[in-house]
Amino acid sequence: MSTNKIICFILLMALLFFSGMRNAANADEILVAAAASLTDALKDIGKAYQAKSKHKILLTLGPSNFLARQIDEGAPADMFFSADLAQMDLLEKNGRLEPGSRKNLLSNQLVIVVPADSKLAIASPKDLLKSDVKKIALADPAAVPVGVYTSKYLADEGLWDKMKPKIVPVLDVRATLASVESGNVEAGFVYKTDAAISKKVKIVFEVPIEKGPKITYPVALIKESKKKEAARDFMNYVSGAAGKSAFKKYGFVVFE
Amino acid sequence: MIFSVETWQITIFSLGVGLASTLLILPFGIVLAWLFARKEWPLKSVAETIVLLPLVMPPVSTGLILLKIFGRRSPFGQWLYNRGIEIVFNWKGVLIAMAVMSFPLLVRSVRTSFSEVNPRLEQIAATLGASALKVFFVITVPLAYKGIVAGALLAFARALGEFGATILLAGNIPGKTQTLSLAIFNFVQTGKDSEAYALLGITVILAFTFVWFSEWLLRTRKTV
Repeated sequence: MSTNKIICFILLMALLFFSGMRNAANADEILVAAAASLTDALKDIGKAYQAKSKHKILLTLGPSNFLARQIDEGAPADMFFSADLAQMDLLEKNGRLEPGSRKNLLSNQLVIVVPADSKLAIASPKDLLKSDVKKIALADPAAVPVGVYTSKYLADEGLWDKMKPKIVPVLDVRATLASVESGNVEAGFVYKTDAAISKKVKIVFEVPIEKGPKITYPVALIKESKKKEAARDFMNYVSGAAGKSAFKKYGFVVFE
Repeated sequence: MIFSVETWQITIFSLGVGLASTLLILPFGIVLAWLFARKEWPLKSVAETIVLLPLVMPPVSTGLILLKIFGRRSPFGQWLYNRGIEIVFNWKGVLIAMAVMSFPLLVRSVRTSFSEVNPRLEQIAATLGASALKVFFVITVPLAYKGIVAGALLAFARALGEFGATILLAGNIPGKTQTLSLAIFNFVQTGKDSEAYALLGITVILAFTFVWFSEWLLRTRKTV
């Protein structure tokens, strides 16, 4: 009986706690869910935008598949910047995107990286089949965009089935870079923009843009957003001249 | 840059939400631990196992479950949303992720310390006319307080380290939901190793302090 009293007391405390936690939404904060690889470019663009606009830009950064999942569950993002068409397609199919707002903005290039001090002669994807290449790091080819793109490219080249046993699936592009940097794998596939931020890896092969998979970073407004006009204004800024030059600075290929 | 204003903001935010999370789970943890240690009830072993699950499950999958529960698409999430309570992409999401992930550690430690209190003392107090509630607050809790504090410290340290459930439920928003763990992830993602190491240093110092203090309390407690 007194156990019940204690439980009642605690439930009451919890109720009081949660009821005190309401807060008003600030109409001028635009929340952009963006692939982690866009962090630096979007921070620069956000800062420049805030200097000339009353709106504030907030970023939430993570793997594109996490972000799509969150938006699909109703997370209050206003804009989604994906590193992958499939994640955007999923949201479009589920009716989460503002109709007509979606556009393809950026592209990137796949490259093969090896540790900066590597002595292996790797000059093409074919060389990765050699026996002295034991392990190849790749962001999970089942879920993460860069992994999906790479496996598609290797399959087109007829190399995927032979290379598959050597592939070590890792969390994302940064984890790929980290495992190459540490020398635990002989090589890895990453984006050119990511390879550029590490001094401990070198690019030994760039997948030609026309031959490689079409890597596309689409952007769209979220249907349930309550700040659509502000978000649209920021999206125009991102896809305008100032946004484009910031993305180019970080090595992205910008669609004209 | 390394110990910038931003670094301190992230640290204070993590400590603040971690503290709130620990205070939030403390009463629940104490009551549940007492029910586990002192009472027999149907399906108790099932309840004990469920409480421990977040300790061993991949944090990302716990995060996914939390996202399903609190997301606007679920009936409960919708109910909260209609009342203006936002959990996803909000500091409250950080709080809930931390609370859920650190709860098992608290319950386990407190349960052990309750078990070590001699039930004879509780029975004597009861025969002298103390109500069950009085016995609990005057005999059981004071005798077990070191274990309770040790458990709370351990839960607090675990809350500070939380990553997987937090990034799924609360997102990774600098200045709004970014904790030490999430900031380290972001610095690693963008190749800013020196900033990542600075936060790592802070994390190690905090974690060491709380875990060491927790262990010290357990070492120095008397069992009656």
